[in-house]
Amino acid sequence: MGDTAAIDETFKRLQSHKGVLGVIVANADGIAIRTTFDNELTVQYAALVTHFTVKSRSVVRKLDPENELKFLRIRSKKHEIMIAPEFERNCEYYLILVQDQAMGV
Amino acid sequence: MEIYHQYIKLRKQFGRHPKFADEGAEMIADIRPNEEHATDYIPRNPVVTVSQCVPEMSEHDANTVAVILASKAMSHVEGGWPKDIDYSEAEHTIRYRKKIEKDEDYIKTVTALGADVEDLIKQNNAIDIYEEYFTGQWADHSAEVPSVKTVTVFKDPSTSVKRTTAYVNWHPDATIPKVVVSYAILQFQWGLEDRKFQEMPLSSYVWDVNNPNTPEYEMAPASQICCAKFNLKDPNLLGAGQYNGQFTVYDMRKGSTPTESTQVDLSHRDPIYDIAWLQSKTGTEAMSVSTDGNVMWWDIRRLSEPVESMPLREKGSETSLGGVVLEYDPAAGPTNFMVGTEQGSIFSCNRKAKNPVDRVKYVLSGHHGPLYGLRRNPFSSKYFLSIGDWTARVWTDDAAVKTPILTTKYHPTYLTGGTWSPTRPGVFYTIKMDGTMDVWDLFYKHNEPTLTVEVSDQPLTSFAAHESGSTVAVGTADGATTILQLSTGLSEMALNEKAAMNNMFDRETQREKNLEKAMKEARIKRKKEETRKDEVADSVTEEQLRALENEFFNATKQPEPPAAPEEATQNGAGAAPEQ
Repeated sequence: MGDTAAIDETFKRLQSHKGVLGVIVANADGIAIRTTFDNELTVQYAALVTHFTVKSRSVVRKLDPENELKFLRIRSKKHEIMIAPEFERNCEYYLILVQDQAMGV
Repeated sequence: MEIYHQYIKLRKQFGRHPKFADEGAEMIADIRPNEEHATDYIPRNPVVTVSQCVPEMSEHDANTVAVILASKAMSHVEGGWPKDIDYSEAEHTIRYRKKIEKDEDYIKTVTALGADVEDLIKQNNAIDIYEEYFTGQWADHSAEVPSVKTVTVFKDPSTSVKRTTAYVNWHPDATIPKVVVSYAILQFQWGLEDRKFQEMPLSSYVWDVNNPNTPEYEMAPASQICCAKFNLKDPNLLGAGQYNGQFTVYDMRKGSTPTESTQVDLSHRDPIYDIAWLQSKTGTEAMSVSTDGNVMWWDIRRLSEPVESMPLREKGSETSLGGVVLEYDPAAGPTNFMVGTEQGSIFSCNRKAKNPVDRVKYVLSGHHGPLYGLRRNPFSSKYFLSIGDWTARVWTDDAAVKTPILTTKYHPTYLTGGTWSPTRPGVFYTIKMDGTMDVWDLFYKHNEPTLTVEVSDQPLTSFAAHESGSTVAVGTADGATTILQLSTGLSEMALNEKAAMNNMFDRETQREKNLEKAMKEARIKRKKEETRKDEVADSVTEEQLRALENEFFNATKQPEPPAAPEEATQNGAGAAPEQ
């Protein structure tokens, strides 16, 4: 048994920040474990991001086999997608966070 | 003489295995030389021939079939659930999710990742690295060499017949890069002799700049479309003027045939050469102009008859002039508009005039030939540009000034279109029959264009500038539409440009007014001089006459004093009435 409260707390804290539109946790198969978006959008994000992350990881590894992908940020016109991957063999998970552009700091 | 060889086989011998045997040569024909033919020819001596001992080569080119690319999105429906779980069952998925969430590794990983991401979020919120740091700073592009780059070219999909691009119009929303291009063969009675007009393609298209291989939307009219424009209020509607004088409306969401069209007998009797959407609350009013001499107003909700119609006649004149270009700018007044005619004159009109006859405010005799471009300056709508014959002229919208305030030099080729730049008040474009486009920058120099670009080797026929000011669409006579991107120096306003241009225009207007005043004064002066000279001439002869008379009396009085009283009285009587 684990402490799911820790996860809940993490989620709540992430969401409280300014501009955060939503958080998704997905596994290597593209299944969203926990999400704050609606189902359709979640599925899209999960599928697209997992493919993308795997590809980016292979780029980093092919350039230097000792290297490992730590983080991915995709900045688009409308918002920024941040992807925190964990590639360990048995617990491959991706934390995906979408943040809107700050309204002028 | 026929030479033939006959091979006969009996029917009963069909099907037998052929047995070949060698036969000697048999002479079938012998053609002897005929001496009489020699008399038809004259021997030539010497004969010059060339020979060369090189390997013979031939040139051949082949073009691969263009690859058609289309962008399509992929729709993901469900993730990669393991085989034993039926994902349509909500219970199964929930159970699976719960199972994972209880996993120790999962919790550890996610919290760690969460902490990392949180740092980034805070970073983002603290500093926005993409913000505009130097607002209000004008980049000085005056030292840059102006240049133009081709973005893309649209070719007419119906390649069987060469059609010209008659009209190009950009989508009113500056963020949507779409163009409606009207293709038409404007030659009168084209294809009449060889009956080709029956297979004339009639469609015109809407293109997206990002997809030059296939058009976005096709318009299938009953007659060629000579001009088409997007409706300002609802950009899904297109208004099109046809070659047969009808005005039609298309809806991009509802298929290729016109949703509505005007009745043929109540429309124009000549092709509609230009249309404009009017600014009104409903956004459904349009006006059209044609070479049949009429301007008609339409409401697209009821196209069965025109709302209003006006003949293009000068005040007090009986001749109607054919309209070719229409200028409507809400900034100059919602009921004011201008028409450029085939005969070269420019009509400035007001739709709402008390007396229908007074609709035509005044007429300027603009050019030596038909007008092809007429546009008010988007920054100061008092000044407008007219393009036709071999020059481009700038005028001021004031009934007192009947001459252009600026005229470009006469070009060697005819100008076929052009307009002002939407972002720079001193820049305008013109396109010519020799395939070049000129960019004039009045802020920089007046006597020649700042940039001349060869767009094509075919004459350029239509022009439209995008609202952003940096992109323009140019149509050529062979049906290709080229989208060009201008350098930033030509599309961004320079410091003080607006004020400087206004000053320049005012100064030129003042100059014209002064010139006219000076001319008037000179004329009056000349007339006065002439009348004064006439008076002076008369008085001289009067005096001379009196002097002569006196001489005469003196001469006649003296010789005969005794008979003088009679003669004197006679003379006196004779002289008195003379005096």
